[in-house]
Amino acid sequence: MWISVVLALTVLPAMFGLSLGFTDLYIKVLVKTLEWAALRIQRAQKVPAVPCHLPNGIIQKGDSSMEEEIVELRRMHPHPLTGGNFTLCDTFYFCKKGIESIVEDQVTQRFTSEELASWNLLTRTNNNFHYISMRVTIIWGLGVFIRYCILLPLRIILAATGLSWLVIGTTLVGILPNSNVKDRISDLLHITCYRICARGLSAKIHYHNKENHPKKGGICVANHTSPIDIVILANDGCYAMVGQVHGGLMGLIQRSMVRSCPHVWFERSEMKDRHAVAKRLRDHVADKTKQPILIFPEGTCINNTSVMMFKKGSFEIGKTIHPVAIKYDPQFGDAFWNSAKYSMVAYLLRMMTSWAIVCNVWYLPPMSQQDGEDAVNFANRVKSAIAHQGGLVDLSWDGGLKRGKVKESYKEAQQKMYSSMISGINLNGSWEVTVD
Amino acid sequence: MGSTNSTLSKIPNAGDLMQETGFSPAHIVRLYDRYKALDKDKKGHLCPQDFGAIKELAMNPIKQVCQEVLDFPSFVRILAHFRPVDKNRPKDPNSPEHINSRSNKLKFIFQLYDQDKDGKISRQELLQVLRTMLEKQVTEEQLESIADRTIQEADLDRDDAISFDEFRKSMEKVNIEHKMSIRFLR
Repeated sequence: MWISVVLALTVLPAMFGLSLGFTDLYIKVLVKTLEWAALRIQRAQKVPAVPCHLPNGIIQKGDSSMEEEIVELRRMHPHPLTGGNFTLCDTFYFCKKGIESIVEDQVTQRFTSEELASWNLLTRTNNNFHYISMRVTIIWGLGVFIRYCILLPLRIILAATGLSWLVIGTTLVGILPNSNVKDRISDLLHITCYRICARGLSAKIHYHNKENHPKKGGICVANHTSPIDIVILANDGCYAMVGQVHGGLMGLIQRSMVRSCPHVWFERSEMKDRHAVAKRLRDHVADKTKQPILIFPEGTCINNTSVMMFKKGSFEIGKTIHPVAIKYDPQFGDAFWNSAKYSMVAYLLRMMTSWAIVCNVWYLPPMSQQDGEDAVNFANRVKSAIAHQGGLVDLSWDGGLKRGKVKESYKEAQQKMYSSMISGINLNGSWEVTVD
Repeated sequence: MGSTNSTLSKIPNAGDLMQETGFSPAHIVRLYDRYKALDKDKKGHLCPQDFGAIKELAMNPIKQVCQEVLDFPSFVRILAHFRPVDKNRPKDPNSPEHINSRSNKLKFIFQLYDQDKDGKISRQELLQVLRTMLEKQVTEEQLESIADRTIQEADLDRDDAISFDEFRKSMEKVNIEHKMSIRFLR
């Protein structure tokens, strides 16, 4: 009985895109509670208020380039520096940089969860925060109870409902003959089910610039943090998904989804052939009746503090790109999927026992490849736009480095730069170094 | 970084380490998390391959910093060389010099060059470091001439090698405290 009431209260509004305001109220209460907790913690620790997260790490890094640093080091050298310069103190720079990388490097830190400035009352984010007071502990205990005993079962039921309706519904819709009506029913079904799933995560999503929403026949690219990105984006429109065919439950969902509207699923073997992949995507995009395809060019999940290299494949198809920036608020729940650490199921459970998923989605104006611009530069341009909008760090490191090795060419580039400092000075002789 | 829940109690000999290196409890915890994160295969110690996996380090011409197997105390001791010099820490004349004193920082770099630990940087050792830093970018002759010039400048007693004192003398004016220090933000 109870369950049907709850379902009715969520499904009906989901179909019409309305909100009963429960989530908003919940979030408001949460924000007040977390602010109160933060204040108590600060008072107890006598630490000045840290207004924002430390997305850039735990050590202070200088901004100057290799050249600037080495010139400064050499300025302090006692001997006159005549041509062909290497000094023993040059190594200081490299040594310091090396030690900095050992303590913390730009790449590895992107594959672990972002650290919070102030504890958000979840045990999992408790880093360096000690016992503060009885009241904070009580609130924390209450939080545990609410999240695990009340919210978790509710969310599991909602998610299960959403997914099963998706599978059943799309299979049924697939029986209908192809027509406009079928497409519209399919769209409605998809959106409703994704909205139910979003409620199953207590997701509060704020969409900005809806006028830039991806159109049919376009390609939508977004930064990737977790599989939930799909639910987040699909709450506001229908996309054709692109991905590998999986087995098991995922495979079941994939097969039924494709019955009601076209998605692009690749077999593992097909993925190796880049031309075949590009052709299939091109064909799909060329058909104006099909939904825009959704691609995550990073190729792997990053922790939402930065955007890593975009693989150029999606930018070679030659159509308008609609960039989308997604930024999660880590205060309410960490959305990053660390696939090395957690399986999909463990990850979803963590999601469902967080406070909520709060995120902002910005639709950026469409971009196309300019004349004379190659795919790599185009990809970088789009990446910068997304990073800039979402307030993320723009990195050119390849997300694939999560598992792979750095190319020799990077090291050679650094060596070239340094060697030009040593020998280049010989050549132009215009290097002025004042000596004490 | 990360949501691991290391507390000081889990770290063996944390108290001694803090005493020896001057790191605060929060720093030791973070370094321990980092140490565990680098030790991907959970061996309990770090080997050169683990450092090879650090992407930014792979680009660094100097990788000799870590050529041997490191356990956590050794790891912390190496990093302790780069702590900023504490101006406020009381100097007990009987206790050994702080790890992050100017002299010890210089010794650290000196040992990078002096591979065989004989107290002198020979021409060969200097060439070796130069080779690692520049690899294919300069010719062998250029490397040799650079090495010759460097030794000429620093070698005061004309024994064709750079002793620690000569090294220290040539670094007199360099602001070691600033150039060889890494500040932790929290």
